[in-house]
Amino acid sequence: MTDFRVPAWGYWIMGVGLAAFIVMLVMYIRRNRGFKRPLFASPYVLWLVVFTVIPCLLVAYFSFTDYQGNFTLDNFKDFWDSNYTARKAMDPEEMKMYEEMGLTLEDLGLERGTININTLVFSLWMAFLCTVICLLLGYPAAHIMANRDFKLGPTLVVLFIVPMWMNFLLRTVAMMTLLEDNGVINSLLEAVGIGRQKLLNNVAAVQVGMVYNFLPFMVFPIYNVLNKMDYKLSEAAMDLGCDKWHTFYKVTLPLSLPGVVSGITMVFMPAVTTFYISRLLGGGKVQLFGDLIEAKFLSTSLREWNVGSALSLIMMILILISLGLLRKVDPEGEGGGMV
Amino acid sequence: MKKWISLVAVLVLMMNVLPLNGAFAAQEEVNVYNWEDYMNPEVFKIFEQETGIHVNEMFFTTNEEMMISLRVTPGAYDLVFPSDYCVERMISEGLITEINFDSVPNFSNIEPWMINPDYDPENKYSVPFMWGTVGILYDTTKVDDPVDSWGILWNEKYADEIIMLDSIRDTMGVTLKYLGYSMNTRDRLELKAASDKLIEQKPLVKAYYVDETKDEMVAGNGALALMWSGDALYAMEKNENLAYAVPKEGSNVWVDPMVIPATAKNKENAEKLINFLCRPDIAQMNCEYIWYSSPNTAAIELMGEDYTENPTINPTQDIIDRCEFFHDIPDQYLTVYNLFWGRVKDAK
Repeated sequence: MTDFRVPAWGYWIMGVGLAAFIVMLVMYIRRNRGFKRPLFASPYVLWLVVFTVIPCLLVAYFSFTDYQGNFTLDNFKDFWDSNYTARKAMDPEEMKMYEEMGLTLEDLGLERGTININTLVFSLWMAFLCTVICLLLGYPAAHIMANRDFKLGPTLVVLFIVPMWMNFLLRTVAMMTLLEDNGVINSLLEAVGIGRQKLLNNVAAVQVGMVYNFLPFMVFPIYNVLNKMDYKLSEAAMDLGCDKWHTFYKVTLPLSLPGVVSGITMVFMPAVTTFYISRLLGGGKVQLFGDLIEAKFLSTSLREWNVGSALSLIMMILILISLGLLRKVDPEGEGGGMV
Repeated sequence: MKKWISLVAVLVLMMNVLPLNGAFAAQEEVNVYNWEDYMNPEVFKIFEQETGIHVNEMFFTTNEEMMISLRVTPGAYDLVFPSDYCVERMISEGLITEINFDSVPNFSNIEPWMINPDYDPENKYSVPFMWGTVGILYDTTKVDDPVDSWGILWNEKYADEIIMLDSIRDTMGVTLKYLGYSMNTRDRLELKAASDKLIEQKPLVKAYYVDETKDEMVAGNGALALMWSGDALYAMEKNENLAYAVPKEGSNVWVDPMVIPATAKNKENAEKLINFLCRPDIAQMNCEYIWYSSPNTAAIELMGEDYTENPTINPTQDIIDRCEFFHDIPDQYLTVYNLFWGRVKDAK
């Protein structure tokens, strides 16, 4: 009944993509008139093709086809109207029967569905909040750590890095035990006399988890830029009569902007695509766009894969656009976060 | 020195890759595809000792993963342990073959009510391995009402103490049962009613979990939880305040059967293994290891009161009669299930 094979023209598309990629590679090698450096890059290029380019092409292929492999744009319509696929899958005779019973689309739960769009907007909002909070927490932290007079700076850097040696899922599960009803924080609150609070399984818990996981991605790019900055510049500003605030505002801040921009990118991108953190800390009650896509792919119904691919593609395009915008601010990629 | 170590390491790695089948050609084998931790490890050792047939074990974590693997690697497996509703689909897709029951004499040990089940009406393709129910696991220190109806999951007294399953068929299924419908319904209006009921319940729900539920209940972080009987028993063993009940409206009874793929290379060995697993002492070993309900009458007799006096593992026939098997839902209706479940997940 269900056919898993990619049709012939699917291979054609992937083949053409691969060929285009190889042509581009050859052109790059020829333009650089040397084989040494690109040759060293070839294992990585192979890796890139097998694990990045081909999967992306597959996602694109699935998002433009239906479950039988025919070309269709319906998956994108499903983004606009989350009930589209379900409505189309409906048996016309059954529909007729319901119409004769005098039932409207609303009665059948088949009116235009806004779940996909609403979830995307909610995810963007959560990612925006996460980025702002990370920036507000991360900039001062980076500034202090990069300060030459602050002896504990390097220690703090290590303390920021060490948790990252552990898998983020483990850290998030650890957050769960902290925030639980009978967890560490609640026991403390009770001992202090404030009483137990509902800390887990709500939007705030998800936001805390996101900030906790992504904060280092904000701190390190800023720290890198500030650390490399020529401190003589601020000394000169001081000598010329600037007070501390003006030195920061006129010298340090503008010079650290590339770091800020790359920090924002590195936090915003994973934040928009977050999933699983929301499931663990939101108790399955908070749904982000990433969870929505995951649910589509884990569904028993194979028809959902195509819709899931379309949603992923829309997300990828949104991220590409935001990357392009940010690249305008930091064209040199000084922050080091640019892909 | 380092060079030599790495050379040896490479050689060892290559040994695994090189075709050494010649050396083992005489060895009989059977390839088993099962859920992780769903077999007493001693059992296969005994089987190898008695028959000389080597058992290769492979594992899957979801039915979907297993189905895809069966389709894309034909011939890789000789014996598979799917969930009941998958068997229906596997039969219709021609993925599994009829079992030769002449070589499974121990099939006579299987409980009569489990023969000719809905998912395999003429009982040609499957032999039950384990079974269980879906019910409510509750904390007796927190719940003082009688737990005999699904309605208690909608009781505002237990707001923020109710844990539901993050699983479409189970959660939608019990809601349908509560409303008096079948858990295999394809009727949109019934499904919409169930979805509305679940949206109404959402503010009372602490979380939608799957694997976390049992640990949360053991830790005392909830009062009521929708749970499978097997996981419930695990939790009750760790926390004596917990109890389990199957509500009067009825519930789901699930079976994990054994089936043989159509492409199996060692069909006869697989049948020998099925027969072996239906032997009373072996079924007892597995039941006492996995602690799910056993379909094996002879094994139940061997286990005695430990088993028969435990209502969670051994529900009365009356409860079983009120329960339903899950049927496979075709894709176009699954879309409807997904749609209504999506509304529940999206509700604020």
